[in-house]
Amino acid sequence: MCSLEKHGRLFILKLTGDGEHRLNPTLLDSIRSTINKIRSDQSSSQSVLITTSDGKFFSNGYDLALAETNPSLSVLMDAKLRSLVADLISIPMPTIAAVTGHASAAGCILAMSHDYVLMRRDRGFLYMSELDIELKVPAWFMAVIRAKIGSPAARRDVMLTAAKVTAEKGVEMGIVDSAYGNAAETVEAAVRLGEEIVMRRGGGHVYGKMRETLLREVLVHTIGFDETGSSGVQNTGSKL
Amino acid sequence: MCTLEKRGDLFLLTLTGDGEHRFHPDTIATILSLLDQAKSQSKRGSVLITTGHGKFFSNGFDLAWAQTAGSKTGAANRLHQMVESFKPVVAALLDLPMPTIAALNGHAAAAGLILALSHDYVFMRKDRGVLYMSEVDIGLSMPEYFSALVRAKIGTSAARRELLLSGKKIRGEEAVGLGIVDTAAYDSAEGVVEATVRLGEKLAGKKWSGEVYASIRKSLYPELCGILGVEARVFATPKL
Repeated sequence: MCSLEKHGRLFILKLTGDGEHRLNPTLLDSIRSTINKIRSDQSSSQSVLITTSDGKFFSNGYDLALAETNPSLSVLMDAKLRSLVADLISIPMPTIAAVTGHASAAGCILAMSHDYVLMRRDRGFLYMSELDIELKVPAWFMAVIRAKIGSPAARRDVMLTAAKVTAEKGVEMGIVDSAYGNAAETVEAAVRLGEEIVMRRGGGHVYGKMRETLLREVLVHTIGFDETGSSGVQNTGSKL
Repeated sequence: MCTLEKRGDLFLLTLTGDGEHRFHPDTIATILSLLDQAKSQSKRGSVLITTGHGKFFSNGFDLAWAQTAGSKTGAANRLHQMVESFKPVVAALLDLPMPTIAALNGHAAAAGLILALSHDYVFMRKDRGVLYMSEVDIGLSMPEYFSALVRAKIGTSAARRELLLSGKKIRGEEAVGLGIVDTAAYDSAEGVVEATVRLGEKLAGKKWSGEVYASIRKSLYPELCGILGVEARVFATPKL
């Protein structure tokens, strides 16, 4: 499902196995509980999270086949991913997505919910597939898109052409920070970046709060962040 | 004044005749009814291309008609009428269940530029034609939905300043650099139209659902939709 390793001061969270790492309720729970473990680790204020994956896929999105068998699971998966993204926004350490495979729809949103996106250039793409597969896009996905993709033309290309964005194109569009030769090089670069950040920076608590302020609009959509500046506990996302 | 033709999958909306294609209440009503026609005939793979004949794409509202009201307040009322009645044109383009492309044959000023920017893609000529938000020069204030559209489509503060505050007549190459248009690589009106037809055919080949396309488009521009009263059909939970 999902493994956690410590590499010096860095936490490496990996979506394991050769499959598509579809964001079903089980995997989402597993990732969230791993993030909780990281947060409660005492070194967390001086650390960095790197998220990566095995195999051809970073994540191919929600488990649509599962949702088909039981539509209430789609509500559940959406709620769990919202909470996960809210966790990633408030986590008191910098986060790096080492994208070593395809990231589609919800999987692409997960990658973009990290502070840095490093990606391999030899294969794989970021793909907001919804237009192609006729999935409606949740409003909170659009909040992430607006927060992480600055150019209106790039947002249009991503959402309205369902572009398959390679790492190079991603760098041009400002979605990907940097591109590397292959999967191993991408992870190495993420580790180097992580170590550099750890050396430069002080405590993590302020970082987390700062990120919450920066990505306030996304938090409002995921968990109903309230005016007093504290992360709302209730999930007001299900305005059914 | 304005015609709608079908060419395979493509709807071609043309502002006809050699004049400035100024928007008078009658022109606005015609455009609206042709857009409505395109919408009702739309199917998978439909695309709209809007262009004009002659030196102008459009030079904006028919201010001369406003002046013939005879009094200052009469003129102000007529202008207000045109501003209000043009809102549904922008709304109709935002809502149109197919990709939209503006092929600028010539100058686009004020409301004429707003018409162009209301399309998903804007192509212009390199050799002729300028973009010009004249309001600052002629002492007219900017309707709220005009500014909202500029904010939605143009990403940098420098570009917005050049467009809205400088009274500059912006030519093709600069317009591309500022991110106002997608491309200005053409040396003739026919060249622009051909290029938009090529893009149109490429997009038509995707056979996207118009309903899904329009819904994703609207979700890209929530502020503008709010001001225009266009229902963005926010999906709090996706129909996975």
